[in-house]
Amino acid sequence: MQVFFTLCGLVAVGFVLLITVYLVISGIPAIRKIGLFDFLFGKTWAAGQDRYGILPLILTSVYGTAGAVVIGVPIGFFTAVFLAKVAPKRVADIIRPVVSLLAGIPSVVYGLVGMCVLVPALREWLRLPAGDSLLAAIIVLSVMILPSIISLSETALEAVPKEYEEASLALGATKLETYFRVSAPAAKSGIAAAVVLGIGRAIGEAMAIMMVAGNVANMPALTRSVRFLTTGISIELNYSQDGSLQRQALFSVGLVLFLFIMMINAFLNLVLKREREN
Amino acid sequence: MKGIKKILPVILAAVLTAAALSGCSSNNGGTVNTDGSTSMADVIGALTEAFREKEPNITVNYSGTGSGSGISGVLDGTCDIGLSSRALKPEEEEKGAVAHVIALDGVAVVVNPKNTVTDLTTQQIADIFTGKITNWSELGGADAPIAVYGREDGSGTRSAFEEIVGVEGACAYTNEYGSTGDVIGNVASNENAVGYASLSAVGSSVTAVKVNGVAPSEETVKDGSYTIQRPFVMVTKKGVELSDAAQAFLDFAMSAEAAEYITAAGAVYPN
Repeated sequence: MQVFFTLCGLVAVGFVLLITVYLVISGIPAIRKIGLFDFLFGKTWAAGQDRYGILPLILTSVYGTAGAVVIGVPIGFFTAVFLAKVAPKRVADIIRPVVSLLAGIPSVVYGLVGMCVLVPALREWLRLPAGDSLLAAIIVLSVMILPSIISLSETALEAVPKEYEEASLALGATKLETYFRVSAPAAKSGIAAAVVLGIGRAIGEAMAIMMVAGNVANMPALTRSVRFLTTGISIELNYSQDGSLQRQALFSVGLVLFLFIMMINAFLNLVLKREREN
Repeated sequence: MKGIKKILPVILAAVLTAAALSGCSSNNGGTVNTDGSTSMADVIGALTEAFREKEPNITVNYSGTGSGSGISGVLDGTCDIGLSSRALKPEEEEKGAVAHVIALDGVAVVVNPKNTVTDLTTQQIADIFTGKITNWSELGGADAPIAVYGREDGSGTRSAFEEIVGVEGACAYTNEYGSTGDVIGNVASNENAVGYASLSAVGSSVTAVKVNGVAPSEETVKDGSYTIQRPFVMVTKKGVELSDAAQAFLDFAMSAEAAEYITAAGAVYPN
């Protein structure tokens, strides 16, 4: 029996290793040919002219994720405070399942709603030629990261010992002061983990933002069409020829994305570890 | 289009297997190596499939390396038939390349049905796609910004369009899409948009504009009056006799019988 379970565990590990090794092996040749500096800091991605600089893609992914965090984290955090502390039990019992439902919506559906509602709305409001833009992607991403931020922050807030809050209230602090001055700081590493998880989800998302971002490898600007690391791979993979530099460069983009996500995960583990030690 | 491209390797593998099993014992068996344009993959795939039913003992191989290397391949003798999705250049003809036009391919410039601009010159199209003209009012339309939709780098439609209009690598796209259907769907849902798509894929959801006063259609592509088009050419070398198998495939591709398959693959039968 133990052998079976060990085998199952090894399968998972094996796949991770396989993917890592495959990505490194297939991602290195293009970087060698193009040159690491030109690849990472080149401002032009134009496969037709054999120019593969992924700075626009990297910056778009970073800005897009940062934007989603700036919008999504406050909303998520306040919702979590509301659910954990403020809301009457009945109301919280309605909102909580709705939030977890939000987590279960497939990303293509987010993209679809973004494409059919958000993009035309942005086009009208801002009088853009097309509404597909970094802004649209940020809005979609910030909604997508809400569920993980809300549920993780809520759990962290609820784990704060009752005595802390009672002591604060007994000293004459108002409820709001207690939540933000006592509960939130006590739960800060859990909330930080929520934010990092949100970042991880945002930077790895492809489908939803491919449908609203416009997919031109411009340097990022809020109202312009942009291309993320993820969408860069998915949009060109189909038509790149096997063995061509374009295909190899796409694998290199995948490698860069992989490293980004690895760093975020390592950071997440660090945060969680610190929380456990506290 | 994409579907055929995907099953093409399967077809070729099936053809190869069939040939291996039959042991090429028949008199008219043999192998035809074709090499060249990736845009012609669909047409060659359709022709190969039909040809296999007619001549099960002949194997047709296709490798998509680009028009230029297809032409040099046939001149160097590394393949039987070169495939080019552009007309031959004079220097290529001087070296003995002979063109056999098997099909024509029209690229339609499409706008939203609500757009009042329905007739453009090639120059205006070039100006729109390079970003010199950015508002429909400059073309007599509504006062609205132009959204330029195109395909991703590597797409055959994109390279054909840019080459014919003369805007290679100079396009300022608003959005890029991964398929012809995406371009058409998004042009259909955005009144500001203009895009391009293979003529065969254009339906009633978008308007294909007239280019220099000529509406794109099978007839105008055929008689050459619609200019955003390109020929699909099979290239052979003067003075080099084709193998029986290659000659049979070429004859089949040029025959009236092939018309239906060429049309089904989205191109226009020229003769």
